[in-house]
Amino acid sequence: MTTSLLAPGLADPSHDAQRLFRDVLDAFSHPGRIVELRDAPAGPGTLSPAAVAFLLTLADRETPLWLEAGLDRQEVRDFLRFHAGAPIVYGREAATLAVIIAGGGDPFAGFPIGTDTYPDRAATLVIEVPSLEAGPLRTWRGPGIDGEVRVAIDGLGNGFWKAWAANHALFPCGVDLVFTSGSRLLALPRSVAVEI
Amino acid sequence: MYVAVKGGETAIAHSLDLVADKRRGDRDIAELSLEQIDQQLGLAVDRVMTEGSCYDRGLAALAIKQARGDLIEAIFLLRAYRTTLPRFGASEPLDTSRMVAERRISSTFKDVPGGQVLGPTYDYTHRLLDFSLAASGERPDAATAPADTASDLPRVGDILQRDGLLEPPPAQKEAEAEDLTRQPLVLPADRPLRLQNLARGDEGFLLALGYSTQRGYGNNHPFVGEIRYGHVPVSFVPEELGFAIEIGEIEVTECDMVNQFAGSHDVPPQFTRGYGLAFGHAERKAMAMALVDRALRAEELGEAATSPAQDEEFVLSHSDNVEGSGFVQHLKLPHYVDFQSELVVVRTLRAEVEKRREQSFLSQAAE
Amino acid sequence: MPDTMPPADADQNGAYNYAYLDEQTKRMIRRAILKAVAVPGYQVPFGGREMPLPYGWGTGGIQVTAAIIGRDDTLKVIDQGADDTTNAVSIRRFFAKVAEVATTTHTAEATIIQTRHRVPETPLTDGQILVFQVPIPEPLRMLEPRETETRTLHALSEYGVMQVSLYESIARHGRIAKTYNYPVMVNGRYIMSPSPIPKFDNPKLDRSPALQLYGAGREKRIYAVPPHTQVKSLDFDDHPFEIETWSECCALCGSTESFLDEMIVDDAGKRLFVCSDTDYCESRR
Repeated sequence: MTTSLLAPGLADPSHDAQRLFRDVLDAFSHPGRIVELRDAPAGPGTLSPAAVAFLLTLADRETPLWLEAGLDRQEVRDFLRFHAGAPIVYGREAATLAVIIAGGGDPFAGFPIGTDTYPDRAATLVIEVPSLEAGPLRTWRGPGIDGEVRVAIDGLGNGFWKAWAANHALFPCGVDLVFTSGSRLLALPRSVAVEI
Repeated sequence: MYVAVKGGETAIAHSLDLVADKRRGDRDIAELSLEQIDQQLGLAVDRVMTEGSCYDRGLAALAIKQARGDLIEAIFLLRAYRTTLPRFGASEPLDTSRMVAERRISSTFKDVPGGQVLGPTYDYTHRLLDFSLAASGERPDAATAPADTASDLPRVGDILQRDGLLEPPPAQKEAEAEDLTRQPLVLPADRPLRLQNLARGDEGFLLALGYSTQRGYGNNHPFVGEIRYGHVPVSFVPEELGFAIEIGEIEVTECDMVNQFAGSHDVPPQFTRGYGLAFGHAERKAMAMALVDRALRAEELGEAATSPAQDEEFVLSHSDNVEGSGFVQHLKLPHYVDFQSELVVVRTLRAEVEKRREQSFLSQAAE
Repeated sequence: MPDTMPPADADQNGAYNYAYLDEQTKRMIRRAILKAVAVPGYQVPFGGREMPLPYGWGTGGIQVTAAIIGRDDTLKVIDQGADDTTNAVSIRRFFAKVAEVATTTHTAEATIIQTRHRVPETPLTDGQILVFQVPIPEPLRMLEPRETETRTLHALSEYGVMQVSLYESIARHGRIAKTYNYPVMVNGRYIMSPSPIPKFDNPKLDRSPALQLYGAGREKRIYAVPPHTQVKSLDFDDHPFEIETWSECCALCGSTESFLDEMIVDDAGKRLFVCSDTDYCESRR
């Protein structure tokens, strides 16, 4: 691997990561709110800048990372190993972070959901979607939402929201989701109920 | 009226100046150098390095100077510095059989291979104040035998273990040891994690707990299998080399405590171990640690855990003097909002009691 | 002290990492914060570091603030509601020095407010973050000292021991005599310690538009209440939760609605009452 072929990471790692984290925190604190990540790096392959920014902000050698087959390419692995130092894992059960392309089968199956005594030991899944606004409208309710919010994520497979309902029912266990598209993202923590 | 609550910035600045002034003391007295602290208050340096989890005599001496000899404050200073340092990895386990020992004793055998080496110790001094130290004057060098650096010094425990009389040390774990300075303590803890906690633990706290086991609060009949103090090499495997290289030497004190045997009809009885290790020369700490380590193994060895020293959660949660010192002393911070809340409710409750008394007095008077 | 201070000169900061913590530690804390937000009221264990201030003096809040703060932020630090209590001054100076950040005493101007023992009287808004310094994060700790036990009680939502304790208070005093660190139920799931704020401040936590982050350094726990989240102070139908009231008003601004500190002003024990929130009080004078 030669680093000269790698896409660049964060230009100013300390301050960029801080700024991006605050955007991500804003998204987690307000499920459904679309957050624009300023100056998100382009990254390798087909990964969206938002997914790249999220990973460079939060992944490191302590966060085993799972990549969907379509994303698991040499240039992506090299990029994430070099810029984040994250170990790439092939078993879902070993992942704390994962990147998934929307539309597949059961997107949550097999990832750690935490335990009753340590629900924090659960994975965070980044789901790459074509649009955060052009899909069918759904009503979200839960912590971080003032009453309810209507969210229209596009490109999710059949049965996605049924699978989400099952995940939400595990609360306080369960996975947390981040939907990414272009340089924007929104978050769906396990605490939020989505009307089917 | 606002003197008490306003002007915090200036008052703090003055306080910082005053503490620096106090630290220096009388300017007519020569200032302490770090070398003097290292050389002449070496045991204080050892304690600060051990409980500060950082082997650096110069930094520990600086911390002691800055803390005006308050060792717990010095430990805190060193710890707070340590957390800012990058972490390159974990060393290979120390092999203390490769120690060049300055002192090595066993209380279980009259003689052992390698011999009993008394070395520098207060054990045989009479605790009489030596007024000759009050006057300055050079001392002649003490006579020393040449150190045996060529051959290994077998551990007494290993010899007992060979005959099956003593339990072997736990098998080395494949995974890198967990690091208490980077991960929160999760209970129940395994033995390596407990030993990490005890190594950083306050010497006084461990001494009292170890002492309590000797007085019947969780006794397990200890013998000093061996105490050794001296230099051991430290090896590290750099990622890019893939093999171990020696990066230096450190001084440590190791205590292997041999304790009450365990066994049953089916398992032949053997003695059990308690283990202590400290930076520098720190026998009291290493021994107390070994006693508490053994006491904390009660459950593992099928003993009733009924005493404080056997209570893992109690011991591990309260051993750290940086945590304890901070939390005890935080009571000095203002608490007047909480106290005001208490005042309001105590006054309300008092008024209600008074009212009830009055009413019962009136109703009695009416009868 | 001027109310608002520009960032300190960046040149003097070469000796520190930005915001003191190394990037690896910040990422670890940031991940813990996200999990805390995802499970409101649940205490996330984190690898707390030794800080240059003592445990018990705000190291948890400081670590949380250090992990979120940036050069665009404006920081306010209060202790007992006041910006100029010694510990608030010390922490504000720390961040001005290591994070090159602007500081303010005005609640409305702050993007991050680190607090010990109070919630500001001025209502908080969307986008503000309130960071609490927490000494004992476990609300059940004084009823059950063992972490292994309390963790199980939370897992099972087995909170009878808390109900019994509050009921005993009623049986003895005729009312719930707990006045600060008054336990709350978050999002109907976890009982949480709101930190030692007076119960007067508990209603401000309920459905606040601001994000609440709680950091306990010595105990190495982080927890959170997201915006608009239900925070209910525990009570009974026949003994509803109520807050402190004063018959006096603030001697300086005349407020009858704020939390009042009591001062003894002469040897005869004469009392004077003033707002605990100094910014609120000054803005009304």
